[in-house]
Amino acid sequence: MSNVGQLEFSEAILDPTSEVPMGLSNPDGRPAQKRFDVYRNNVILSLLDAMATGFPVVKKLLGDDFFRAMTLEFVRANPPSSPLMMHFGTALPNFLEGFEPAQKLGFLPDIARIEIAMRESYHAADAEPVSGDLLQTTPPDQLMEMQFKLAPSVRMLRSRWPIYSIWLANQEPAGPTPEPGGQAVLITRPEFDPWPNLLPAGAATLVMAIENGATFGNAIEQTTEKVPHFDLSQTLALLLQAKALCPFKKETP
Amino acid sequence: MLDASAPQQHPMPNAPGVGYKPQHFQDILADAGPVKWLEVHAENYMGQGGRPLAQLRHLAETFPISCHGVGLSIGSEGDLDADHLARLKHLVDWLNPALFSEHLAWSSHNSHFLNDLLPLPYTEETLATVARHIDQVQETVGRQMLLENPSTYLAFDQSDISEIDFLAEVTRRTGCGLLLDVNNVFVSAINQQTDPRAYIDAYPLASVGEIHLGGHDADHDEAGAPLLIDSHGAEIVDPVWALYAYTIAKSGPRPTLIEWDNNLPDWSTLAAEATRAKTALAEVA
Amino acid sequence: MSTTVKSLAVAASVAAALAAAATIPAHAQAKEKCYGVSLAGANDCAAGAGTTCAGTSTVDYQGNAWTFVEGGTCETMEVMGDRMGSLEALDRDLPA
Repeated sequence: MSNVGQLEFSEAILDPTSEVPMGLSNPDGRPAQKRFDVYRNNVILSLLDAMATGFPVVKKLLGDDFFRAMTLEFVRANPPSSPLMMHFGTALPNFLEGFEPAQKLGFLPDIARIEIAMRESYHAADAEPVSGDLLQTTPPDQLMEMQFKLAPSVRMLRSRWPIYSIWLANQEPAGPTPEPGGQAVLITRPEFDPWPNLLPAGAATLVMAIENGATFGNAIEQTTEKVPHFDLSQTLALLLQAKALCPFKKETP
Repeated sequence: MLDASAPQQHPMPNAPGVGYKPQHFQDILADAGPVKWLEVHAENYMGQGGRPLAQLRHLAETFPISCHGVGLSIGSEGDLDADHLARLKHLVDWLNPALFSEHLAWSSHNSHFLNDLLPLPYTEETLATVARHIDQVQETVGRQMLLENPSTYLAFDQSDISEIDFLAEVTRRTGCGLLLDVNNVFVSAINQQTDPRAYIDAYPLASVGEIHLGGHDADHDEAGAPLLIDSHGAEIVDPVWALYAYTIAKSGPRPTLIEWDNNLPDWSTLAAEATRAKTALAEVA
Repeated sequence: MSTTVKSLAVAASVAAALAAAATIPAHAQAKEKCYGVSLAGANDCAAGAGTTCAGTSTVDYQGNAWTFVEGGTCETMEVMGDRMGSLEALDRDLPA
């Protein structure tokens, strides 16, 4: 009589060409085949469904058949490492970068990164944004010395590809056909729904400086050095509307 | 999280509940009808904030909540995932649910999570592992756990304890309660060609804190023998309703969940299933 | 520009930004604020996959031989550039 261990069981589940482990039986006593395939099927289909739910734009870009074939290879090679299915698929961008049949779609990994960032944003912690009143009533000199934090739901992506436009062109209703050129995207969650925002020139530099702990004045200085015609009020309006900035609190030791 | 203090706990009634799906949020608040409590999958509420936790907190103000884990892998040969157990404790502390349950199954091996409730051989060795893990869960979370019987599709040759004896011994060793899934009893009995009523007759009904009902799909194995799949994607079939009536006639009324996870119906269909459970419960009250 | 002049200019920008933020509704501000209603259907996907404790009777787990066929909208994404080039993004190519 064979004892079936969980290593053997799990390896047989992920490899459909492997033999069913010995020691699993039908009620008639014969070795299980189709009954084992129920588990194979449950595991793989639930993971394929999770990928389709998590990456609707990648799926739309590739079409159903290609997406299914690609994700089948992906889930067999990268089964979840955590029971939190909400985070499954974070390895997809790197997988796509090495996935030969998708090589000519250079923008695809960054589109997958947007979809992962949207999910992270959706489940991120709630936070109270910095108040407009505070900004308005703080004397200019003190304002320049202030530090901020990005809200926990904020994610930023910079790409050589027009990823915001590609994302938008694959929504309902569809945005216009993308033009060539790199884009920076800030994903924000003003209430409960994450949304990608196209960042104007310089905004990515400002956001990174703030994230790295620069004072407001210093962050602006770093930005105008790179982008002399940086429009601060435009970027700031976006950050405030999207509730992307939070008060800076020093970590208590 | 939105609010650090745990909400007041509403006691669990011997009434119908449903598995909560966000699609039904507005319907539930407008008129929950016969549905008196809600069950959530713990893992879907282990994010840091946002809509899922806001909705759950709001529902918990009105409804008793059952927190049903699907990812702890109680039956793992190896150790429980300590990070996951900590997340579970955090959620239970925050939510203060009326009931807390997990499955007699495994889903993780080493660092891989297989996202399905996989079967266990019923042996002394498995019994010792499962009992040790349940002790650890109950000590960490600080409350009693209910353990759910699985739907099984095949048998392990190495099993030398019946599922009933296995469950009874686990409750004796750990003090855990049981979640009796009547649909799983039916599915497993048909698949293993045994008698579902004999299972209920032998089952330690005094330990049951909750009952599950759900839909299944019918198929056949390669020899033509019936093979039922626990799919939670359709109405509960009449033989399962009959087995439920048989069960509660012996056990008395229990909190009873309508599980519907796939091909999600509109609220009125779910409410109709709950009404059927309510009627059955009234007959044994 | 002196520090004082610079901070006054920034303060003016902040005032302009606050005025703009107050008048132009952000995506979510324009929509239902209640946590019961998400925005457009597509945005529900932002939640990602939920868990299940159920199986499925749809059989579709086997690998199949397949060839790359563009069936999706990628055909219509006219994004020029070095499509065949290196995928290593250079920092200087990224938007500021």
